Formats: sequence, structure tokens, C-alpha cells
Amino acid sequence: MIAQDHIYGIAAVLLFCLGLHGVFTRPETLRKIIALNVIGAGVFLFFVSVAARNTEAFADPVPHAMVLTGIVVAVSSTAFALGLARRLAKLGEKPPRINEGTPK
Amino acid sequence: MTGLVLDLLLAVTLVALAWRVLYAPDLFEAVVVFITLGLLMAVAWARLAAPDIALAEAAIGAGLTGVLLLDTLRALPQQAEKSGAPQRRPPHRARALPAVVAAALLGGVLAAAVLALPQVPIGLAATVSAELPRSGVSHPVTAVLLNFRGYDTWMELGVLLIAAIGVLSLRGSTRLSAAPPGEADAVLSWLVRVLVPLVVLVAGYLLWLGKSAAGGAFQAGVVLGAAGVLLWLAGYRPVTGDRLWKFLLVLGFGSFFTVAVGTMAGGRLLLEFPPEQAGTLIMLIEAAAAVSIGATMAALFIGLHFPPARKLSPLDRRVAP
Amino acid sequence: MNALIQAAGIGFCVAGAVFFLAGTVGLLRFPDTLSRLHALTKADNLGLGLIVIGLALEGGSWPEAGKLIVIWLLALLAGASACYLIGRHVAGQSEGGGD
Repeated sequence: MIAQDHIYGIAAVLLFCLGLHGVFTRPETLRKIIALNVIGAGVFLFFVSVAARNTEAFADPVPHAMVLTGIVVAVSSTAFALGLARRLAKLGEKPPRINEGTPK
Repeated sequence: MTGLVLDLLLAVTLVALAWRVLYAPDLFEAVVVFITLGLLMAVAWARLAAPDIALAEAAIGAGLTGVLLLDTLRALPQQAEKSGAPQRRPPHRARALPAVVAAALLGGVLAAAVLALPQVPIGLAATVSAELPRSGVSHPVTAVLLNFRGYDTWMELGVLLIAAIGVLSLRGSTRLSAAPPGEADAVLSWLVRVLVPLVVLVAGYLLWLGKSAAGGAFQAGVVLGAAGVLLWLAGYRPVTGDRLWKFLLVLGFGSFFTVAVGTMAGGRLLLEFPPEQAGTLIMLIEAAAAVSIGATMAALFIGLHFPPARKLSPLDRRVAP
Repeated sequence: MNALIQAAGIGFCVAGAVFFLAGTVGLLRFPDTLSRLHALTKADNLGLGLIVIGLALEGGSWPEAGKLIVIWLLALLAGASACYLIGRHVAGQSEGGGD
């Protein structure tokens, strides 16, 4: 019997794996940062889909609180990563690409 | 049954959008589709009975992260060119295969784990609803965030502060209250003058609502941060002094710190609120945290704009030829 | 009578969805930015208005209908301003970038 949490759970797993593959294989730095956010979205979706299985009057609030915290931490680290990427671009260094081996 | 059909459609769309985000050749398209992914995630949160997270995701995931990415996309021109024109041969199919196989194997294992989860939910909802009357608020998520797991929220405000410090130190200058660059368009200024009071009202309403329904400090804070970004884009300064900026950045973490010291000085455990004053303490912390989160979000956006370098910082002098 | 109001509500929502669909097809199929903006703003504003009317009929209470109408007005405001800003940027680019 397919339930709501199964649907979103599988979707969360797919998001996580897509994002993980994207982080390691896509060359542009901005896309790696976006892929990290997609990984985060998958993890949050899994948390909340598990929390929604609860049969009480409201869904389990502890995973909701953790996901809220996680969203804010994700945006903080994204902002810092973007600052680092801009700084690297300003200094003229190319961000290392996974297919080129070690930079000379 | 119709609910399940909607969930299935939504889940398939989410995965398809994520695929498009990561494998579209144009970076601009990737960022725009990422914003759309954020909006659809907000709909998914609403379907999963998580209105707090839906509010936060619509504001942060779709709003602020999208704005930061678009802004950085504009500042990294060589990346945008590289993704458009393939100057080197794309990697041979055989070299790309191990990564795909590894990701697919991981996906299979995780999916099996998800389907094998026990059917009887083991959660903390019963514990929370038992302790809710003593927490000072009547909304369970707010009670967990601000009272039962207040330490996590305190440290999260610390993470926000660290990110702001990091962005400002990369920038080379902490003058956040300098005049914003660029011309101020008449329609944008008028729109901002009409919208920002409404936005502040909505933020206050969300903050007040957090006691009894979905809402609270984070949602209100991010809405205030959006107002700050709008003000800066329209040519106004969101906060009029550098010292006020720094005070606002520290306010969230600091208010928690003050309350923590107060509870320990009063002979209780760390962050153990006395039940009859818990409601007031929570409201005070939430108000301070909302303003601080708003200032931090605006500072993260403004701080990514490096001021024109008048003199080189020591880092530049070391690396530049 | 109640069933009639419910049916009208659903009908308005479906009509709004059709307008949104038309706007999205215009976004995907029109050749340049200005015509896409035209399709988007016209269709989405009217589509949102129809959906708001449909939800107000389904929701039932006057405060809720009032809040929905305020949401529609704010979306109109933001949409029109964004359309103007994008159009101005595109027009500035096509004239050679100078303002």
C-alpha cells in the first residue's frame, strides 16, 4: 500500500542522490553550491515525510524544528560559499574542476 | 485518493526540476529552475502538514537563496560563458559511468531503507503535547524551537552570526551602511516605499502569530530581511549606522546568551525557563531574534557586494602578480 | 444553494488555472522577452483574480475573502512593477546598453 510518506521519501532519496552526483560531476562552482542545496532539500523532505506519519493531532514537531534550523543553516553556508566563490573569481584563480586533475 | 495523486505529481515534478537544475547547460536557467524548485518544495511542505516550514522555505529557499545565486551569477561572468560554450570535449561516456552507478546504488540502498521503515510511527509528538501547557506557548513547533530545544536555536543564531562575520571578512570592509550603488529607478523606489511598511506589518504579525499558530521568529526575520534587501536595491540604506548594524547582528545570539546567564544565575539549569514566565521570555527572545535574523539576511546580501578596492588588502598583495 | 456556491467556486478556480496555463504556454512559446512579459502579466493577474474569487466562495467568511483580495492586490502590484523593471532592462539592452 503506497502511502504519502513513501512517495515523498523516495522523492527525497532521488533528490539526495541527484544532488550528490551533481556535486561531484558538474564543473561549475555555482552549480556545485546549488547541488549542495538540492542535497539539503532531499534531507529535509525525508525528515518531514517521516514526521508526517504521526497520527496525533499534529505532526511530530521535533523534526519540523530541526528542518527549520537546517534551512537557516543552509542559507548561511550558501551565502558564505558564494562569498568564497566570488573572492576566488576576484583573485583570478579558476575553481578546481573535477576532471582536470591537480592545477599546475 | 486524489491527495495521493497530487502528492505523486508533486514528487515527480520535484525530481524532474532537480534534474533540470543540475543538468541544464545554461547556469541562468539552473538558478531560475532552482527558485521554482524552492516554491514547489513549499507546496510539498504544505501537503505534509508543515506550515511553519512552508513559510520559511518560500521566503528563504525560493526568495533569499535565489537572490544570492542570481547576484553571484552576475558577478562570475567567466563561469556563465564556460557553461554556454563547450570548449573542451565532454568526458567520455565510460568515465562518467562509475559516478552514475555509484549514485544509483546509493539511491537503491536508501530507497530500500525508506520502504523498510517501521509502520508504527515512533515520534516525540506525544511527549511534546504532554509538556505543551508548561511551555508558555500553545504552538508545538514554537515550543520545541524556543523552549524544549532552545539550545539548538541559540547555536543556530550563532551559525548565522558566523556566516555574517565570514562574508564580511571576505569582503575586506565592514562598512555595511555605505550608500548602495546603482541608480534608483522611480517605480522601484515608489514600490519599496509602499511595500516596506506592509512588510514590517506582516513580519510583526507573523512574530505574534508564532505563539498559537504557524509563524514565529524565523519567518518574521526572513521577511524583514527581504525588506532590507528591497530597500538596498532601491537605493535606500536599510540601517543607518555601522555600529547599529553590528549590534543588530549580535542581538539574536546575545539575547539568548543573556537569558541563559539569567537562568543559571537564578539557580536553574541552562535555559530552564520558569513556567510562569516562559511565555514572556519566549516572546522577548523571539522579537530580538526576528530583528537580528532580518539584519543578518540583509547583511549577507549586501556583504556579497565587494566595495571597489581603493587599496589592496594583504591577501591581494600576496597573490596578485 | 450551498452546492451552487461550491460549484461556482470550483468553476472559478478552474478558469483561473486555464488562464495560468495560457500564460505559461505564452512564456514558453513566444519569441522574445517583451511578448513573454505581456503574456505572463496579463494572464497571471487575471488568473490569480479568478482563483481568489473561487477560494473566497469556497472559504465562506468575509475576513478570509478580504485577506485573499489583499493578497491579489499585492500580487498585482509586485507583478506590474517587476514587469516594468524587466521591460526597462530589456529595452535598455536593445538600445545599446546606455541609459
